[in-house]
Amino acid sequence: MQKPTYGRFGGQFVPEVLMPALKELEEEYERYKKDPEFLRELNYYLTEFAGRSTPLYHARNLSKKYGTKIYLKREDLVHGGAHKLNNTIGQALLAKYMGKKRIIAETGAGQHGTATAMAGANLGFETAVYMGAKDVERQKMNVYRMELMGTKVHPVRSGSMTLKDAINEALRDWVTNVESTHYLIGSVVGPHPYPMIVRDFQSVIGTEVKQQIMEKEGRLPDSIVACAGGGSNAMGIFYPFIADTDVKLFPVEAGGCGMQVQGKTAMHSASLGAGEEGILQGARTLILQDKYGQILESTSVSAGLDYSGVGPELAYLAQTGRIQPGSVNDQEALDAFHELCRLEGIIPALESSHALAYIKKMADTGELGDLVVVSLSGRGDKDLETVLKLKAGACEEKL
Amino acid sequence: MRIAEKFQELKAKKEKALIAYVCAGDPSADATREYVHALVKGGADIVELGLPFSDPVADGPTIQAASDRALEAGMNPDTYFELAASIKEQVPLVCMTYYNLIFRRGVEKFVKDCAASGITGIIVPDLPIEEADDIVKACKAHGVDTIFMVTPVTDNDRMQKIFNKGSGFIYIVSRLGVTGTRADVAKSTKEILEKVNTTLPRAVGFGISNGKQAAEVIAAGADAVIVGSAFVNIIASQNNVDEQLEQLARELKAGCST
Ligand SMILES: Cc1ncc(COP(=O)(O)O)c(C=O)c1O
Repeated sequence: MQKPTYGRFGGQFVPEVLMPALKELEEEYERYKKDPEFLRELNYYLTEFAGRSTPLYHARNLSKKYGTKIYLKREDLVHGGAHKLNNTIGQALLAKYMGKKRIIAETGAGQHGTATAMAGANLGFETAVYMGAKDVERQKMNVYRMELMGTKVHPVRSGSMTLKDAINEALRDWVTNVESTHYLIGSVVGPHPYPMIVRDFQSVIGTEVKQQIMEKEGRLPDSIVACAGGGSNAMGIFYPFIADTDVKLFPVEAGGCGMQVQGKTAMHSASLGAGEEGILQGARTLILQDKYGQILESTSVSAGLDYSGVGPELAYLAQTGRIQPGSVNDQEALDAFHELCRLEGIIPALESSHALAYIKKMADTGELGDLVVVSLSGRGDKDLETVLKLKAGACEEKL
Repeated sequence: MRIAEKFQELKAKKEKALIAYVCAGDPSADATREYVHALVKGGADIVELGLPFSDPVADGPTIQAASDRALEAGMNPDTYFELAASIKEQVPLVCMTYYNLIFRRGVEKFVKDCAASGITGIIVPDLPIEEADDIVKACKAHGVDTIFMVTPVTDNDRMQKIFNKGSGFIYIVSRLGVTGTRADVAKSTKEILEKVNTTLPRAVGFGISNGKQAAEVIAAGADAVIVGSAFVNIIASQNNVDEQLEQLARELKAGCST
């Protein structure tokens, strides 16, 4: 029997030892997602712990500048400073209902790790997070935040020592401790049922947007723009609008320092735009790879977008034309970061700055229409050090 | 040589099999050819030739490092098949690699290249039976076996499906975890061997590194032991490698024969 896929994409390309765990996860999820007690508790945590719902904020100054009405979906105001907690609280609660004692996660910049640490501490799990040694060095504050909440952070020294290697190491832990442990994956990636589960937990973003925009504007937006690394904030805000085909959906990937490949490294992270079909970390999707199928390292000023793959459902939606992938480079993202700070008094995450930069990039084309919603997936406090360092320009050192 | 022929030959001699893994191209293709010779001389009956992948999720630190060395030294699927074709030992060669390299080359072409270069079995640790229809079909057409794994958490239903789909031998992962050497033999080994009810030879791997462990696994009822990381450690030491490989193979093979 073939496992559920998104067109050609998705599937379960994992070691045999994980197959029973994936089956269990799928069955338990199907059961609890309809369970009133589970849903009541999830709603409680989303409201009282995460701080939902988040505002849909009319960015007047930005709107004026670009001559179109722009709303920001304020996921930066979720506890922890990003949309990540929507997923971690959902999965951690699921793991609790499943009787697991331990949760593990991968993290790049530390946002998903921090959100996992929050959910883990609150719900009483033993929590471990795998993080590339390079990222541990670059994101000391997030490491400390996780440790404060009782999470064990394991630096990963294999491969490129970044997010992709952290996922490999988390998978190795899961293979070893599969009976006691839930792997709390941080985006709409990995083997089925993860892309579906993470999408569902993140759909709260789009569901709120739909209600809020109807209240404020009495109609659906012309377009929705969201940054895409693995793609969880993008899938979360897009999903409730998939059937509303008049609403254009734009995932924005990291163009990094250019679309070229240098040695084993792509100078960008645009798997939807420039990747090719392959199998990475459990799923068939679009990935950055060389002609033999070895995975390339990716590049982005924003650690959360710096990943060689992308969620299989996004790959599918791009292939069918329902979503239209775009990209902006490091410098454009940095400029948008500064612009939002000055115009609106909001410091956006560098990830989210990619979505903002796309507004500017597309402003003259009219493609975005008169009413635009941007997913402001996180706040930028975590990025201040990076931004300070890059005053001279985003890519000088790397090229 | 086909895997079944080898097991028949061993059966006639009342021997159990030693299956040895090395990573192709670690540290060079020429060295790998030599190492395979040493392993076979020491008593290896089947050689698993790893085709290195950038992201080997089922492997522990030892084989990860070997893969990195081999990739760094320039091993790729083209040079891999050249290397395989140049190995003249009279043992079955088995390709062990991750699915993206196969998918990228094209499943049909990959399997054809295996057959043309004398490889008669394929193991893909990130390819469960549900995703394996294409490769099983191509393998059947080209006379190559597809070897699948069973683990301590595989239930009877699933085992049956795996036996039906697999050929060559059944790879029994005796413990939860990734590849790497361990001090002891997993207690679950005997238990799982009792559950593996198949006419295919039953090979136990993950964690075996010396003759004593090999003997325990054989005593528990296995038809073969699979040893990887222990050989790779010798290769990584860069110290008297041929001699040490031959010696360890001899010790393990002796363990298989008691
Ligand atoms: C604020 C923020 N936005 C976006 C992302 C990218 O993830 P995804 O594409 O799954 O939304 C991250 C990842 O760390 C993040 O922290």
